Amino acid sequence: MFGFGILSGLLILPIVGVVCLLLLRGDDEATNNNARWIALWTTIVTFLLSLWAWADFNTSVAGFQLVEQRAWFSQAITYKLGVDGLSMPFVLLTTFLMPFCIGASWLSITTRVKEYMIAFLVLETLMIGVFEALDLLLFYLFFEGGLIPMFLIIGIWGGKRRVYAAFKFFLYTLLGSLLMLLAIMAMYWYAKTTDITVLLHTDFPLGMQKYLWLAFFASFAVKMPMWPVHTWLPDAHVEAPTAGSVILAGILLKMGGYGFIRFSLPMFPDASQYFAPLVFALSIVAIIYTSLVALVQTDMKKLIAYSSVAHMGFVTMGLFAMTAQGVEGAVFQMVSHGLVSGALFLCVGVVYDRMHTREISAYGGLVQRMPRYAVALMIFTLANVGLPGTSGFVGEFLTLIGTFQVNSWVALLATTGVILSAAYALYLYRRIIFGVIDKPNLTGIADLSMREIVILAPLVVLTLYYGVHPQPIIDASAASAEALIKGFDQALALTKTAGL
Amino acid sequence: MYHLIVFLPLLGFLIAGLFGRQIGDRNAELVTTIPLGLCAFLSWIAFFMVGVFGHDDHAQVIDIANWMTSGKLAVAWALRVDTLTVVMLVVVTTVSFLVHVYSIGYMAEDPARPRFFAYLSLFTFAMLMLVTADNLVQMFFGWEGVGLASYLLIGFWYDRPSANAAAIKAFIVNRVGDFGFALGIFLVFTLTGSVTFDAVFGAAPAIAGKTIHVFGADFDALTITCLLLFMGAMGKSAQFLLHTWLPDAMEGPTPVSALIHAATMVTAGVFMVARLSPLFDLAPVALSVVTIVGGTTAFFAATVGLVQNDIKRVIAYSTCSQLGYMFVGLGVGGYSLGIFHLFTHAFFKALLFLGAGSVIHAMHHEQDMRNMGGLRKDIPFTYWMMLIGTLALTGVGIPFTSIGFAGFVSKDAIIEAAYASQRPGAVYAFLCVVIAAGFTSFYSWRLIFMTFFGERRSMSDAHGADDHGHAAADDHAHDDHGHDHTPHESPQVMLVPLAVLALGAVIAGLAFRHVFIGGGFEGFWKGALFLGPDNKILEEMETAPWLVSLLPTLMMLGGFGLAYFMYIVQPAAPRALAAANPILYRFLLNKWYFDEFYDFLFVRPAFWIGNLFWKGGDGFIIDGLGPDGVSARVLDGARNVVKLQSGYIYHYAFAMLIGGAAFVTWFLIGGIR
Repeated sequence: MFGFGILSGLLILPIVGVVCLLLLRGDDEATNNNARWIALWTTIVTFLLSLWAWADFNTSVAGFQLVEQRAWFSQAITYKLGVDGLSMPFVLLTTFLMPFCIGASWLSITTRVKEYMIAFLVLETLMIGVFEALDLLLFYLFFEGGLIPMFLIIGIWGGKRRVYAAFKFFLYTLLGSLLMLLAIMAMYWYAKTTDITVLLHTDFPLGMQKYLWLAFFASFAVKMPMWPVHTWLPDAHVEAPTAGSVILAGILLKMGGYGFIRFSLPMFPDASQYFAPLVFALSIVAIIYTSLVALVQTDMKKLIAYSSVAHMGFVTMGLFAMTAQGVEGAVFQMVSHGLVSGALFLCVGVVYDRMHTREISAYGGLVQRMPRYAVALMIFTLANVGLPGTSGFVGEFLTLIGTFQVNSWVALLATTGVILSAAYALYLYRRIIFGVIDKPNLTGIADLSMREIVILAPLVVLTLYYGVHPQPIIDASAASAEALIKGFDQALALTKTAGL
Repeated sequence: MYHLIVFLPLLGFLIAGLFGRQIGDRNAELVTTIPLGLCAFLSWIAFFMVGVFGHDDHAQVIDIANWMTSGKLAVAWALRVDTLTVVMLVVVTTVSFLVHVYSIGYMAEDPARPRFFAYLSLFTFAMLMLVTADNLVQMFFGWEGVGLASYLLIGFWYDRPSANAAAIKAFIVNRVGDFGFALGIFLVFTLTGSVTFDAVFGAAPAIAGKTIHVFGADFDALTITCLLLFMGAMGKSAQFLLHTWLPDAMEGPTPVSALIHAATMVTAGVFMVARLSPLFDLAPVALSVVTIVGGTTAFFAATVGLVQNDIKRVIAYSTCSQLGYMFVGLGVGGYSLGIFHLFTHAFFKALLFLGAGSVIHAMHHEQDMRNMGGLRKDIPFTYWMMLIGTLALTGVGIPFTSIGFAGFVSKDAIIEAAYASQRPGAVYAFLCVVIAAGFTSFYSWRLIFMTFFGERRSMSDAHGADDHGHAAADDHAHDDHGHDHTPHESPQVMLVPLAVLALGAVIAGLAFRHVFIGGGFEGFWKGALFLGPDNKILEEMETAPWLVSLLPTLMMLGGFGLAYFMYIVQPAAPRALAAANPILYRFLLNKWYFDEFYDFLFVRPAFWIGNLFWKGGDGFIIDGLGPDGVSARVLDGARNVVKLQSGYIYHYAFAMLIGGAAFVTWFLIGGIR
């Protein structure tokens, strides 16, 4: 494709859409509609292209595939793309979720539609780039560049306190970015390259590993987000428009987890082992603490945001357990959470579009007027609770069983999360859906429209499908995950013998 | 055939659930009820094929599909068929079918019937997945699936706050049990490297007696595993400490109580212990715990049942108590005793619940027994059916023989086994179950006397004065349709299931004693239940002294006599007794204050801590020291410079990142040269 590979195509396609949007002139309703359709088709075609990439992808191979490389700054810093089993699922997740975001913004975004769509398409390119980049500097540019459109989406199309939220979001990520940049420079000095495939086989000295690990950790922990650097997330979610929340929960949070798998664990195995107790401790705190906080929330989006933090706790825990079930479960949990929390935010958007409030107490008894909505929300709530048969169960179960092999206390404490998640999720559902409609302005509320059904139905199907047949995702990551664990164990063994 | 048994209810659920409105109420009933009739029929065939006439020593495993494979962990969707499975299949599908049929009458005037029948079928499917599971994870799937169906059905009348609260409570208390179950699964996998039953059971003898270091201490490997798994059983089967959800679950429609909260779901814990008998039999300490918990529950629930006034709650506590009996049977090593009581109990307890439903139906959704009385003339058929259920529950039969109602045969066997067992805790459990037998008889007859005998007490007052909040049920009652307020017998479609269950309550004990726990034991179970070489409980219980064999009958007669005296001869006696012992009465009436205690210990602190973490932790400390604090300091310092700036944060961000990128580019290019 024009001398570029399929992965470049995935990066370029949304930009093509952006160019088309830029050519649009005028600000009447017809132009807005054109902008919506252009964005929708761009994201759909991008998704189809990613399916093509998936068809070309061989899940039984552990290494990078579909690799393409071009000169950039020098021999050492190149434009290099490639995917393996640990990144491919996220590329697909990104391209899959984007059309839903455009669809969810169809009627709720009425001002500066063109700019909004441009921001989303740019964001798509940058997010795909994060998962495809095989050069550290390239990764960094995508990783941090993604902040800008997100920032604009919250700051321009957000709610009342959007400036505060955008500011908080920015301040937190700033801290991480600067440290990560320093670490990248240090790695370049040491290895004389920013090629990730080379860095993966570079042995950094233990002392250096620790500093590098901490620097990367600062950045990824904020993105995850891990306790105690999570407080930007509820505010960002609350103020972001629905589609912004979907992307935030669905993709942006996964960048942190992906960073851990791609960099921290394989490049700094000794440091990862050294700091694993810290990660476990923070994960446990995240699961229990944020679940309890979720219980007392009065704002729907905040509640789901806090539950996201808790669910990401399972991811970090599973990753640092470094067992097959832990890592594969963590990847699965991230994909599943991307679908489920994205869907939950879409569900909040549905009632927000009608009532313009996210206050839980403003609702009640919706099942009487919105039976279809009640069913959809029930399924996503159950997936959030981790009920077997939904995709939410598989990730939690695998990460827990993987962690139990390594540290039974950690698994025990994390398992209390299954009780707490049931409490806050069902309590939320009860307050919104059950009961009698006694608020006069709710009596005329309409059930899901055709557009909303089209958006939610595929997510319902996938949530259930991956609940009973999760193997496609597990298999996609299995070969790479097992290679990762093998390399990790070898590195540790090497250090041990060297130390003796 | 087994595919059909398991998946037909799922099909019914999907059709009624997805297209209920399109196909109409009656079709939704038929599309769920008829397949279940077929399921029940096939299950009985399977029961005779595999259990009674089968000779295959090994469980038949039918693979369906892979569920998940990750590293060593392999979990499959599969159906495991052995005698234990087919016994459960018969119980589940038969009661479920009868409840479906009964519900056609009971729910006739409810506007949401397709949803109700869809939920019933969903429950049945999940329960069948549970009992046919070939590995612990699929069992967990069914386990939580029935929990979901239970949650949905308890909260079926979603406009009642009490029903919603009860539904959530049931789910969460069950999750507490599932917490233990999940940890048990993790531990089994850690110990054996598998979750599939055959592999786990095969590895169990090698693990017996070994210690494992978990949770910071050394434990006997199988003991800790079994205790954790048993915690799941305690939650699902409403055992002491995790029982609080079951009485509240009576908020659901009565057919649901009969199916889920009496005959099938709550017995899942009993099934689980029996299924895992190869593990439990090697963990004597765990079995002692099972025995003690079972005995305590049998006693505790019976005491509370003595004073309840809501007809369904009496039966609910009775269920709780009878589940305790089953666990005592399991705990002393008589796995078949527990399953046998499960089997007979399913008939007579479903009968009692459906009978109670018929009473409630007759009384226009009145559930308080204080407002009933004298009903035997108005609804004679229901009266006779309830009487049979009571005779079965209280264990009426001829001592020293196995001739008697179903409960007599299975319950007395458990009492004898508890006496004969050498297991630590068995003596305690024996005392508990003997006393509970007397209490059972008392509260059962009290129910009969208060409901069917004496004078009709006011019914119209009751609607306003009802202290359980059931007055709300009137929304669904018949008042809108111009019925008068006299009790009326239920329609045929409700009475026929009662008659079928009554038949089971009469003969199930007599007919199946031989194969379940008697001489036909080996030929019937064929290795589905594991008994170690030292486990001779079935023989030992036969040698119990005559007084022990007579004791349950004496207790039963004593309970009957006392109830007769207090509710027929001296109707003023109960009130006087309550007045004379106010503390004890309140203690029992308030169910030993467990709800209040848990509310104080868990529920309130959870909300309090949540608020503390939110406002104090996130708001004050993290944000205060973090972003808000930093920004405040920055603003203090930069107040003068701030005028130069646009004030839009994203402008800064943009400039900053571009600057950063430019800096790196310059730096790296410079670095290369």
